[in-house]
Amino acid sequence: MFRGIIDLKSLWAIGAIFFILLILPPILPRFYTYILALIFVTSLLAMSLNLVLGHGMIFQFHHGVFYGVGAYTVALMLAKTSLPIWVGFVAGPVAAAVVGLLIGWFCVRLTRLYFGMLQISLGSLIWAIVFRWYSFTGGDDGIHGIPMPPFISSLNSAYYFILIVLVICMIALYLILKSPFGSTLEAIRDNPQRCEAVGVNVRRHQLMAIVIATFFAGIAGVLFVVLERSVFPDLLFWVLSLEICIMCLLGGWFTFAGPMLGAAIMVALRTFVGIFTEYWTLILGVILILLIFFLPEGVMGYFLEIFKPQAKEGAERRGE
Amino acid sequence: MLQVEAVDKSFGDFMAVCQANLRVENGELVAVIGPNGAGKTTLFNLITGHLWPDSGKIIFKGEDISGLPPYQICKKGIARSFQIVNIFPRLTVFGNVQVAVLSQQRRSSDLFPPAQNLATEETNAILKSVGLSAKATNIAGSLSHGDQKILEMAIALGNEPELLILDEPTAGMSPEETAATLGLIKNLAGTQGLTILFCEHDMDVVFSIAQSIMVMHQGRTLIQAKPEEVRENREVQEAYLGGE
Repeated sequence: MFRGIIDLKSLWAIGAIFFILLILPPILPRFYTYILALIFVTSLLAMSLNLVLGHGMIFQFHHGVFYGVGAYTVALMLAKTSLPIWVGFVAGPVAAAVVGLLIGWFCVRLTRLYFGMLQISLGSLIWAIVFRWYSFTGGDDGIHGIPMPPFISSLNSAYYFILIVLVICMIALYLILKSPFGSTLEAIRDNPQRCEAVGVNVRRHQLMAIVIATFFAGIAGVLFVVLERSVFPDLLFWVLSLEICIMCLLGGWFTFAGPMLGAAIMVALRTFVGIFTEYWTLILGVILILLIFFLPEGVMGYFLEIFKPQAKEGAERRGE
Repeated sequence: MLQVEAVDKSFGDFMAVCQANLRVENGELVAVIGPNGAGKTTLFNLITGHLWPDSGKIIFKGEDISGLPPYQICKKGIARSFQIVNIFPRLTVFGNVQVAVLSQQRRSSDLFPPAQNLATEETNAILKSVGLSAKATNIAGSLSHGDQKILEMAIALGNEPELLILDEPTAGMSPEETAATLGLIKNLAGTQGLTILFCEHDMDVVFSIAQSIMVMHQGRTLIQAKPEEVRENREVQEAYLGGE
């Protein structure tokens, strides 16, 4: 299944990281376990955006909406209905994908920045509805104390649940990216006009990418509810969407795992700098400026660039 | 196979193409010539759906294709290369052609299995036929201009077209590259029996390989005939070949 798309060395590295993450919760203080879990959720969110942003060059500027829709859907179903839990867990991503389809259907008619502007407008509309509809969504109070079944009710079990879902989603995203669909999406990123000339229905392809990305954003939303047991309108606010875009840029939006690194940096900054000052975005701003000047390909892009030439030289030496 | 009948296209007040007529028969190698700005590229853009004609008909295999989007026209069997290099610069040479082959096989939307192992035979065969096999793993953006123009053609071949449209296939090439490209075009038309429509500035090239030549001048079709007749035609001589 993975023949030719992943090498043994990376597989070992990934396995080692996964193993460390598995044994951490009993050792770590509660707070750090929580932060790690939050990083996992945010990573999935950032990676779902990067499928369309970095690999499709589709300016999905309001990705937070789909995260919020996923979270609110599962929250409402768990708090207000007695349906089995898995129905909510499935409904979250599906609802996000449906909203993604609706908004995307309008947006793919436009390109680049115009796409982004229209999406911010339509997304803000959904935010406004959630923010104002007190009787249904709880308005700006949100919904709190959402009941969770026993198997994910403790922090550690929630951590493991989130980690496993994240790993499954990463594998799925990786396969999608390496599939004919993914390589065609990257071709569209490089040259939409030429893609159309070789018989690709560019708009339909982009719309499909958006639906997939929003589906995964919905999964991230569900995981957020599992971790926090509450939802609030900020999840759909454009500020969060901007942060997700920054995560992708920060980590390296032309790499697969870059957004994950970006998410980890952002969550860590907000948490640990946020303790000292509420103006943590000031630090973020400085980091962003440095990044644009010194690491235009993002942190992950930079490291891949460092390691690549060495690997090549090594191969050449062995070849001789 | 392809008939263009009285097609008009204007941009604002400027008539880029005006009453253009063109016939391409099955298996023919047809050239369109004309001075810069005569409307050759516009005509090709009209045929491949990148532009819509204001009036007139474009009939391919008995079906009016004017107004269809480019991807549908491509699916009907018309593939093209572009005058200005138009490739996927971040993908490998192999990846560039593979996109077209996957599209031809209607697998572009498949989520499974990995693309890397798909359509490799077809893609490698095309790369071999145009002589780019050795550079298959290179990033397309790093190729020389001549190789990028060849890759242009290779991408178009990935669609297994019945009609191949080449917009100035040798533009910007060195004499050696031009000769090699001509050999390639002849080979495609001869041994593979492909119908080819191309436009070209180099008159030696045109008169040496084309079976039928259409001359455009200020958007109009002056004549379409065999090379000898075109050479004899007075109107063409005045408009284009420099008269006396």
